[in-house]
Amino acid sequence: MIEVLLVLIVTALATSVPGVFLVLRGLSMTTDAISHTILLGIVLAFFMTNDIRSPWLIIAASIVGIATVYIIELVSRTQLVRQDAAIGLVFTALFAAAIILISKYSGNAHLDMDVVLMGEVLFAPFNRIDVFGFSIPAALWQLSIIMLVNFAFIALFYKELKLTTFDPKFAFIAGFSATFIYYALMTLVSVTAVAAFDAVGSILVINFFVAPALTAYLLVRRLSAMIWLSMLFAVWNSVIGYMIGFSYDLSIAGVTSFTALVTFMAVFIFSPDGWLNSRLRAFRQKRTFTRAMILMLMNERGHTRLTAGEITAHFNLNRKQFDNHMEHLLINDYIEKKNGQYTLTERGEEYTHYTRIKYELPI
Amino acid sequence: MDDTIITIKDLNVAYQDKPALWHINLDIRKNGRTAIVGPNGAGKSTMIKTMMKLIRPVSGRIEIDGRTDKGVLKNIAYVPQKGEVNWDFPATVLDVVLMGRYVHKGWIKRPQKKDREIALEALKTMKMEAFCDRQISELSGGQRQRAFLARAIAQDADIYVMDEPLQGIDITTENLIMDVIRKLQTEGKTFIVVHHQLNTVKEYFDHVVIMNKTIIADGPTDAVFTGENIEKAYREKGVSV
Ligand SMILES: Nc1ncnc2c1ncn2[C@@H]1O[C@H](COP(=O)(O)OP(=O)(O)OP(=O)(O)O)[C@@H](O)[C@H]1O
Ligand SMILES: [Mg+2]
Repeated sequence: MIEVLLVLIVTALATSVPGVFLVLRGLSMTTDAISHTILLGIVLAFFMTNDIRSPWLIIAASIVGIATVYIIELVSRTQLVRQDAAIGLVFTALFAAAIILISKYSGNAHLDMDVVLMGEVLFAPFNRIDVFGFSIPAALWQLSIIMLVNFAFIALFYKELKLTTFDPKFAFIAGFSATFIYYALMTLVSVTAVAAFDAVGSILVINFFVAPALTAYLLVRRLSAMIWLSMLFAVWNSVIGYMIGFSYDLSIAGVTSFTALVTFMAVFIFSPDGWLNSRLRAFRQKRTFTRAMILMLMNERGHTRLTAGEITAHFNLNRKQFDNHMEHLLINDYIEKKNGQYTLTERGEEYTHYTRIKYELPI
Repeated sequence: MDDTIITIKDLNVAYQDKPALWHINLDIRKNGRTAIVGPNGAGKSTMIKTMMKLIRPVSGRIEIDGRTDKGVLKNIAYVPQKGEVNWDFPATVLDVVLMGRYVHKGWIKRPQKKDREIALEALKTMKMEAFCDRQISELSGGQRQRAFLARAIAQDADIYVMDEPLQGIDITTENLIMDVIRKLQTEGKTFIVVHHQLNTVKEYFDHVVIMNKTIIADGPTDAVFTGENIEKAYREKGVSV
């Protein structure tokens, strides 16, 4: 069964690397559209060749993929509909055409709707071919080649991809065609999506394309690091997805996609610049700031003796917050309490002086 | 006409059916510091973008160094009005400056050590070397502007076309940028700069183009930058100078 895991990992690697550029260019939804509309190409080519393994399927699917990109461009360039609406329109129409064709003309078990939509990586090893005398799953062979083509494309055109993604106008001036790079990338995305169909199906492939890159984006700020880290997350998601899916007899592609979401959420929440840390930091900063401001108020003329009521009213504090702040200030000997009134200690005075410096306030 | 580097002949540009530039005829002086001034919406950015072939004119001809082909653009360092780039992109300041060197590389070829040195030198010129590894999205407006100027310097072009490089920056940076421009001028470079502060035109530029859809006046600053011409350009907008 190690072959199933290999197919999954190769699929994840082949998709995640171009996925970095899809994420950075805001093309996630276009990719989702492609991964559905290519079905139309597959269906049409299948009806003509009657062979589910024919290379014509990949060629036809790629043509439909590129056509999808082009039609979306055309529709949104009219400026009558927005880009997202254009994607929704084109994608559903072409996908629907494919569904109609399948349901009407194909009683053939080879084009099983469930497999098309959801994929079934467990079936991959049943379809085998001989390569250099070894019998390996056809999907593994096909996906490995596509993975290497994707790697080669990104390695060769790294500079051009970087420039056209970051600053297309400057790319034009520097003599690099952003259009060429764009369509080359989208062709590879189409081909990759077709090959990934067997393993993960058309619905989930978008997750394989973008989830690792999105997760990596939370952690690093260099393009090269983002690519390497995406590959790492791709492998991680696949391994965890395979282990859980296999042990509990669940859809492996489904569990892999779900693992990708959990991983993303975990990074989002727990990473050094993540949600939890920034919330904690903000909370601490605000707490320190409020305490400093209470001391500052007591340092002002006419406010040197304050009652609890005056302080809570001034800073809009509830009883619990007030007690918490005051306890801290009393314990640290910044203030003292006499006859129900709070005053600054000498240490408190000193602290307000540093506070002015720290927050760059006039002394 | 040896001292002319850019010649614009009867240029008309429109956005859909709205003319933005009308019968523009203009010679730009080689090795000069030329300011382009005019009210908001006068078509200054449009003219520059048309020179950079980012906009297709309705009619007219632009000759740069006697050439009209696309290749000549590599010899122009263009700094757009507000860095119209993908700010989400994970790039450091050095990455961006290094992109200036891509102009001299063909397809597929990667920048070399030499290019990195040139990029670092350009960063130093703009006093940005300390920000070398900083994420481009984490810079202030003025620092971004300096990073893009450093990219222009790293490109090592003969012509610099800048759209309001002094907009929204403090006086120290403004002086730095003008010093760099003056120094590069002595090395034979040509500058075309869209400029908004009318009070500094005389001090900063030796030539000026005053425009509002059409050219109102152009030539040496001392001769052309007169109250009357400025009045003409800004009048219909109701802006007093
Ligand atoms: N993409 C566009 N589509 C339609 N009209 C445009 C477009 N860009 C500019 N315009 C119009 O063309 C005219 C010239 O615009 P342009 O940006 O060249 O002016 P500008 O002189 O650079 O102004 P500013 O000083 O505000 O930068 C304006 O009336 C503007 O509204
Ligand atoms: Mg402008």
